[in-house]
Amino acid sequence: MKLIFEKSIPGRRCTILPPCDVPAAELPEALRRGSAPALPEVSETDVSRHYTQLCQQVHGVNCGFYPLGSCTMKYNPRIDEEMSSLFTGVHPLAPAHSKEGCQEVLDTAKKYLCEISGMDDMTFQPAAGAHGEFTGVLLIRQYHDARGDKTRNKIIVPDSAHGTNPATAAMCGYEVVNIDSAPDGCVDLEKLKAVLGPDTAGLMLTNPNTVGLFDQNILEITRLVHEAGGLCYYDGANLNAVMGVARPGDMGFDCTHMNLHKTFATPHGGGGPGAGAVGCKAFLAPYLPHSALMEGPGHLQVRSFGGNFLVVVRALTYLLTLGAEGIPEAAQNAVLNANYLMKALSGTYTPAYDRLCMHEFVLDLSDLKKETGVSALDVAKSLIDCGIHPPTMYFPMIVHEALMLEPTETESRETLDEAAAALRKLYAMAHEDAERMHTAPHSAPIGRPDEVKAARHPVLRYKAP
Amino acid sequence: MGSYVPSAPAQRQEMLQALGLSSWRELYRDVPPDMYLDGPLHLPHGMSELEVNRAMSAMAAKNRVYATVLRGAGAYDDYIPAIVKYIPAKEEFLTAYTPYQAEMSQGLLQSIFEYQTMICELTGMDVSNASVYDGASAAAEAAAMCRDRKRRLTLISGAAHPDVINTVRTYCYGTGDELRVVPVKDGRTDPEALAAMLDGETASFYVQQPNFYGLWEDAEALGRAVHEAGALFVMGCHPISLGIAKTPADCGADIAVGEGQPLGLPLGDGGPYLGFMACREKLMRKLPGRIVGETTDDAGRRAYVLSLQAREQHIRREKASSNICSNEALCALTAGLYLTVMGPEGLAEAARQSMAKAHYLAGALCALPGVEMAYGGPYFHEFVTRLPRREDVLCALGQADILGGLPVGEDGLLWCVTETVSKAQLDRAAAIVKEVLAK
Repeated sequence: MKLIFEKSIPGRRCTILPPCDVPAAELPEALRRGSAPALPEVSETDVSRHYTQLCQQVHGVNCGFYPLGSCTMKYNPRIDEEMSSLFTGVHPLAPAHSKEGCQEVLDTAKKYLCEISGMDDMTFQPAAGAHGEFTGVLLIRQYHDARGDKTRNKIIVPDSAHGTNPATAAMCGYEVVNIDSAPDGCVDLEKLKAVLGPDTAGLMLTNPNTVGLFDQNILEITRLVHEAGGLCYYDGANLNAVMGVARPGDMGFDCTHMNLHKTFATPHGGGGPGAGAVGCKAFLAPYLPHSALMEGPGHLQVRSFGGNFLVVVRALTYLLTLGAEGIPEAAQNAVLNANYLMKALSGTYTPAYDRLCMHEFVLDLSDLKKETGVSALDVAKSLIDCGIHPPTMYFPMIVHEALMLEPTETESRETLDEAAAALRKLYAMAHEDAERMHTAPHSAPIGRPDEVKAARHPVLRYKAP
Repeated sequence: MGSYVPSAPAQRQEMLQALGLSSWRELYRDVPPDMYLDGPLHLPHGMSELEVNRAMSAMAAKNRVYATVLRGAGAYDDYIPAIVKYIPAKEEFLTAYTPYQAEMSQGLLQSIFEYQTMICELTGMDVSNASVYDGASAAAEAAAMCRDRKRRLTLISGAAHPDVINTVRTYCYGTGDELRVVPVKDGRTDPEALAAMLDGETASFYVQQPNFYGLWEDAEALGRAVHEAGALFVMGCHPISLGIAKTPADCGADIAVGEGQPLGLPLGDGGPYLGFMACREKLMRKLPGRIVGETTDDAGRRAYVLSLQAREQHIRREKASSNICSNEALCALTAGLYLTVMGPEGLAEAARQSMAKAHYLAGALCALPGVEMAYGGPYFHEFVTRLPRREDVLCALGQADILGGLPVGEDGLLWCVTETVSKAQLDRAAAIVKEVLAK
């Protein structure tokens, strides 16, 4: 479809502002731009239709099944949106007495999320999960620095971790020590012991881990790290599996981030805005970030003001809705749905780990590829023709030809049955018409894009012909 | 209690049985008993939608939304056209994930490509990313882009937003690098101090335009000094001002960043906002975050994809240019939409009116006894006045439903006027200040 710039007609416009009712103020000549920016010139009808056409080429959770592993694509309740619209007009620097409602939102959300995570204090400043990781590992760094402990320069990260973990550790000035996972995808205790020492600043861990398994040795793991003088960071990416069932604080973790945009049902918006609330034990609370303008200098700060407040409003609306019973109910059904779908597929596909999983599981399609030449990518692209968003592909890196499925609790049994049937049909098609799968999708607005061309000859903006 | 689990209770039992399980505890058998929560969380009972609506509305009612906002300082009450509120609420945009699967996400990818183009147009730069968290983190990421093995020192103007300075400082602390703040003279970056601080180890210098006090900096002169020292020049810009102001590219900047909130995003007590970030082509492969590129599909049709991913954390892990993945995509879509609705003339008009109205208010206030501008020289839509009885003035304005300027220093107020405020509202504000000062 056309770009909005290709719909632009000189002189066409939307009428938004009235004539100016005060005398003009002249911008000095030296400060003026040479020519106007080439923004589109369109009518409001053009705008409305353009964006409607764009949204028709987007698959959201509202469109259909979205089992994108590690992304927790649960339903985003509309009441959360409506409630956030009640808080839009508050200036972050308005006096405290004029924003007591916002403070109550923050205090209440903090109280509930501390209870769920087993932490003592919290910041809402980080704007996303990776931003939360950054904040959390900075807390670890501040702790060691405050004690004058300058020898700790290493963060331990299992090889199954999200790429954000090692990237975060590097942003915090740490050397990353990658440790191989045990055959079951969990932390290999011997390998962990071998790398622990006086240079250990901390460990970053997801539990359940990225293959969807709960690490039964978790208390031993966090104990070993603490004994070596390090701290333990819980990557909350997979909290949806265990919220209300087990708490990172009880597993021995010292700090954690929670993705409000995954676990607590606020929408992803096509890649943000999210919110990465960071909780910590009391001894780390003095290092939590603050706004220099609002609360004075002297603290860490990872962005302006207090964070993505309107995302917190949505998450609190969700927390109030689910309450004490609904939080574990959501976790239980997320785990139930994942296991149900894994079982429905396991006669056909090969789960990478043949045991009960948590909220997600990984299929290993190596055998299918050997037999038919059809890859995990081909199966993923063929799912698009079934109206299902592909699972996460080729992650975690410790499984070859990996497809990672996370159905979440907000899908019905019927949806899971249909998805299983679609995947079984594709398995049969792989043996009958592999070519059709190599060239999938066939019903999408585009076929497979040439990513190599995009990277080699970057075209990153529109230029008028 | 509320729930979004669709399976009926009987279905859940059947599904458990299909797995050969008889209880939820069995489903969680990998969770050791010493951490398995037996009792309920200490949370209130869940509620129906109507009850939740009442509870949240009661909290919202404890806020006060001012009819007239004369405060900015990094969060701006610009007009948001109606359609700019409606379109981002479309469920497909709202509920999608990052567009990893291009075939199912062309609409999102195209919206980002259009946004990138508009940011390049505003800033004069060659390449824009798909957004970062906000203006402060954008400044911090820009500083990180500029550091290399030899040059580790980051300089920032003391006239930048305090939150930006502190955020850049925090990111520098992370990698063990130094940040030095260039002193301010008469409300602007002191060029002599800058010249003295630049050396062979300086990676970059950041200046905010217009700066925290609303004043226009002599950005070109600062940029020349920075380049003479072999460092990179980063400008943080107010996006609406770029409707009329010289582009950062024309001022010599290598990287342009800024807080995108004025482009159609509500005040929202501080977020979600939008960090925009654009650079010269030579720095393209150091730019952090998502970038959308144009290509063709297997039938030769135009298509859009997430591109240049070799920079990113999921490929490069600890060697990535940043750990950022989720950014502010829906806010970027909103900003692109805002710029589309306003068009080149509408954006320039918003900038001109904001500037004109700020000057009108400054004139009215400075006509009052004891009120004076704190700094001379040209300014955009924010300015600092010195005035007596600051707290009384703010209190009286508050009673009239006006959020007055932000207290800065001992007796300063940092005022901001956007195009949303009418002459009548400004006259009223000035009259109230006059009344207080006459008492």
